[in-house]
Amino acid sequence: MLHIARLARVGLTDEDVGRLREQLSNILENFEALKQVDTTDVPPTAQSIPLQNVTKDDEVKPSLPQEQTLANAPRKDGEYFRVKAVLE
Amino acid sequence: MTPQLTIHEAHGLLKAKKLSSVELTKACLKRIKEVEPRLKALVSVTGELALKQAEKADQRIAKSDIEPLTGIPVVLKDVLCTRGIKTTCSSKMLENFVPPYDATVVEKLNNCGAVTVGKANMDEFAMGSSTEHSAFFPTHNPWDLDRVPGGSSGGSAVAVASDEGIFALGSDTGGSIRQPAGFCSVVGMKPTYGRVSRYGLVAFASSLDQIGPLTKDVTDCALVLNAIVGFDNRDSTSVPEPTPDYTKCLDGDLKGMKLGVPQEYFVKGMQPEVEAALSAAIEKLEELGAKVDRNVSLPSTPYALPVYYIIAPSEASANLARYDGVKYGFSYKDTDSMWEAMEKTRQYGFGDEVKRRIMLGTYALSAGYYDAYYLKAQKVRTLIRREFDTAFEKYDALVTPTSPTVPFKIGEKLDDPVQMYLSDVCTLPINIAGVPGISIPAGFGNGLPIGMQIIGKPFGEEAILKVAYAYEQATEWHKMRAGI
Repeated sequence: MLHIARLARVGLTDEDVGRLREQLSNILENFEALKQVDTTDVPPTAQSIPLQNVTKDDEVKPSLPQEQTLANAPRKDGEYFRVKAVLE
Repeated sequence: MTPQLTIHEAHGLLKAKKLSSVELTKACLKRIKEVEPRLKALVSVTGELALKQAEKADQRIAKSDIEPLTGIPVVLKDVLCTRGIKTTCSSKMLENFVPPYDATVVEKLNNCGAVTVGKANMDEFAMGSSTEHSAFFPTHNPWDLDRVPGGSSGGSAVAVASDEGIFALGSDTGGSIRQPAGFCSVVGMKPTYGRVSRYGLVAFASSLDQIGPLTKDVTDCALVLNAIVGFDNRDSTSVPEPTPDYTKCLDGDLKGMKLGVPQEYFVKGMQPEVEAALSAAIEKLEELGAKVDRNVSLPSTPYALPVYYIIAPSEASANLARYDGVKYGFSYKDTDSMWEAMEKTRQYGFGDEVKRRIMLGTYALSAGYYDAYYLKAQKVRTLIRREFDTAFEKYDALVTPTSPTVPFKIGEKLDDPVQMYLSDVCTLPINIAGVPGISIPAGFGNGLPIGMQIIGKPFGEEAILKVAYAYEQATEWHKMRAGI
């Protein structure tokens, strides 16, 4: 549970860990039924429409102005997003 | 004046200059003030903007420049980006988020001259079946205030059922438009995947999400569909298919139509009143001239629930990785460590259900489990799709209940995720296959709404609208109002 929480970068309290462990086991138990399904030679479906490698012309267009891009930033510094030190 | 009008009724009055958009908008805002303390369907009311839009619409109408949605008040699920208007997804994470752009569907409605009166409450990030997972407050069902309105588009369904708006938009990943439409006795459609642009829809599970209308009747559903469908080069999954006029198929004639009733949708635990309502509805469809086969089998249906609860959380865990407290949204600041800041941001910014699904999805995608869960689910997804393909070689549409039960009590399933998930057991397979589905009012059990779901082939919205319209016109359910 802690390993998964770390992969997902979600902080959990001890109480959360206990509750989630029980609930997720319950949910996973319901997934067991899938093991009975014969999927030999069945290709996976990632999405349901027959479109592949959709591209569009490389046109030069104005993007969002910097001011609007930064408008919701919790912390900014001039024209940059401000983040905590990544390397310590 | 009362806003107890459909789009087509209001349009008739606007066009004949018997009503102005400002009058209609004021009536909706008054209605909101009156019922909102009891229903809590809206996260925000956009009165000032609405009146400005209504004035503009009236100026257009004065010049006889009127489209079916011009001057008509709409409520938007708060998962649709609205430029300059808070878009919260009913989450603490986005409590103060103001999008710098409009979703394509919002742009389209604005161009039609529709009037936005509010943003609707929902389960946080559209994850849930009752609107109880909103980080702000639960929404109440107008037919019984102690019961849930369904979810995740519960606020949108309630707004339509209680005349806070003339129509609403919702989003549907596993039933989030159709199940609340069924629970509130309104019409709700999930179009074919790719039919409506998802640009500006805050992503939950990208291969399943689709935007659609919630309306007071089937004619309105067709009118809203006309306005929101179509190719959009800002959504790479938007499909360049021709877009018909969806009102053309509303002729009430079911002669020669072949309908199938898949047995697997009548699940164990289905309430007898739901089953009885469906049997009666199916008989009515026969009376109207449809040929009904009651013995259709789609044997992989029981696997739709596990397939969905692997695929949707997996996609969600990837989509929601963007909430890191850096670019926008809630940000935990009381630490010097970047990783701690990110973990605490997500711990305090997300509610329990969202964290549950992120954990589930991360697990299903993690090394050692990917093949057993995610890949297996994708393969079973293929089987489910194939069964629909085969069925649609024989039938024009399939008919099922929308949900196995009538609306349940607030709090009843909140601590039992598996029970909550079962509420969408009849709607999930439709998203997995990517086909269109509509829920329409089909009766009541002890005074609580029951919905009938009609499922069509890919881009077969016209066939299901045709069936829905014929049934609606032959019954009175859509005319019944919640006494609120």
